[in-house]
Amino acid sequence: MSALSQIPAAVLEPGGDAATALYIVAFSLFIIGVRRGTHPTTAKQGNMIAAVGMAVAVVTTLLLDGIGNWGLIALGLGIGTTVGVVASIRVQMTEMPQMVALYNGVGGGAVALIAWSEIRHGISLGEEIPLDELIPVLFAAVVGSVSFWGSNIAFAKLQDLIPTRPLAVPGQQVINAVLLIGIVVACTDIAINNDDPSQAIFIAVLLAAGLLGNLVVLPIGGADMPVVISLLNAFTGLSAAAAGFALDNVALIVAGTLVGSSGTILTMEMATAMNRSVGNVLFAGFGGAPAGGGGGDGEERPHTAIGAQDAAIKLAYADTVTIVPGYGLAVAQAQHAIKEVANELERRGVTVNYAIHPVAGRMPGHMNVLLAEADVPYEQLREMEEINPEMPRTDVAVVVGANDVTNPAAKNDPDSPIAGMPIIEVDQAQQVIVIKRSLSPGFAGIDNDLFYEPNTSMLFADAKQAASDIAAEIQQL
Amino acid sequence: MSLMTEITIFVLAAFVGFEVISKVPTTLHTPLMSQTNAIHGIVMLGGLIVVGFADDGLEYVIGTIAIAFGAINIVGGFMVTDRMLGMFSKKPKPKAEGDGAGGQE
Repeated sequence: MSALSQIPAAVLEPGGDAATALYIVAFSLFIIGVRRGTHPTTAKQGNMIAAVGMAVAVVTTLLLDGIGNWGLIALGLGIGTTVGVVASIRVQMTEMPQMVALYNGVGGGAVALIAWSEIRHGISLGEEIPLDELIPVLFAAVVGSVSFWGSNIAFAKLQDLIPTRPLAVPGQQVINAVLLIGIVVACTDIAINNDDPSQAIFIAVLLAAGLLGNLVVLPIGGADMPVVISLLNAFTGLSAAAAGFALDNVALIVAGTLVGSSGTILTMEMATAMNRSVGNVLFAGFGGAPAGGGGGDGEERPHTAIGAQDAAIKLAYADTVTIVPGYGLAVAQAQHAIKEVANELERRGVTVNYAIHPVAGRMPGHMNVLLAEADVPYEQLREMEEINPEMPRTDVAVVVGANDVTNPAAKNDPDSPIAGMPIIEVDQAQQVIVIKRSLSPGFAGIDNDLFYEPNTSMLFADAKQAASDIAAEIQQL
Repeated sequence: MSLMTEITIFVLAAFVGFEVISKVPTTLHTPLMSQTNAIHGIVMLGGLIVVGFADDGLEYVIGTIAIAFGAINIVGGFMVTDRMLGMFSKKPKPKAEGDGAGGQE
């Protein structure tokens, strides 16, 4: 990409053998990259390989015969690269999920814009646009636009620009259905009049799809956002493939489809980890009603509050301590402070583990990333299925900013909105310390019975502050 | 390319995608989503082709924005993925005792 300024010495015929061969190299590298991305040891290398594939694809395209308007291309690449580099360097580890949403959104936006310009181009030629080009363009436009707006809403929710709670619009499902039907009708109209399609109708389709993207994501609660982002990611992939059909570009078709299908699998795996189906996530409006089950609206239930010193004593004289991190840890940037507590405890011979719920935080793997940043050894990060049987033998479980993923109501109360969701069974531990700002409910919007168990102590504080205080107190013991 | 050739490629690629992603540890869900997210930034090629062959005012604008969007998607996507994975790959140094929090940033 750096050799932009020079006019390429060799030019490739668009759609010719040389260009296609290079595109094949590019998408092979994508496949290898994704394959390696599924194993912890090879993931980083896999990402590099895919990036190299991308460089090959971009350079190949720039070398196509007849490509001009270098100034504009340089402008677009310059702006995009700068924004991408700056944003990804400055983003906090905690903000990764919304960053992915944002990148996904701009990808969808790019697809929609390309579809628009393809339609304009087709209209300006004044000839009949072949349906095998027009239909993919329409598909790309609709899905790209849904993905762009949907991802932006997801970003805004995760960034707390708009309320993370489900926002219900009255008659939501009906409006969505009407919009969808309208889009299909309008697209059919464009396809039927493919000798002279109306650009105005096309723009209306783009706008309607955008509105649909907004309306579909708005009612979804923050806790379900990872699944939504993953799904939109798969959508953007498919729309990119559709753009590939329209442009006769094999690299786009393969890469887009690869993302579409692998993204679908990932989405289903994520949903399974939360014991929810994708349909449920999209249409159920989890936690839409204020405080589903569990009771406890308004009335104060008895709980035990303790300070950092008591917590330090409980921890220091334990044999095994399991730390259960959640989104609160991420928000408070408490990973280093928690690691300090763990260091102090290990120095005293306490065994420390971290129990990672598959959907702790805002995304699967979110906690692992944060804790790895604080140099927590990989072996201490234990998955839920592995750690749960050990809970009864755990002296103290420390819940740091996690809530719904520890709620015993998921097991005990069949009427609870989260009934059946797998949880970290901290209630089985001998003692539980919950570090949390208040008794307020988590994303699911329901009360956590754990807080009122007799063996649970609440430490009301900011996670980072509390952890530093506890570490200091342990040192004094 | 004929439509049927393209559909053949599409179907095969879909199966490749399904096969490649089987049994991914939960820890890698987010990085992998982020990596595939970067890969669909390949739509930027469409933007390059649009702008590269454009001869109309609005197409210049639309195409250039598409290129910028695609470039954000690609560059940001791969870099963020790399940051996430960098945290994993960092070899646990021979059990650093006292110096606790390794503030790497």
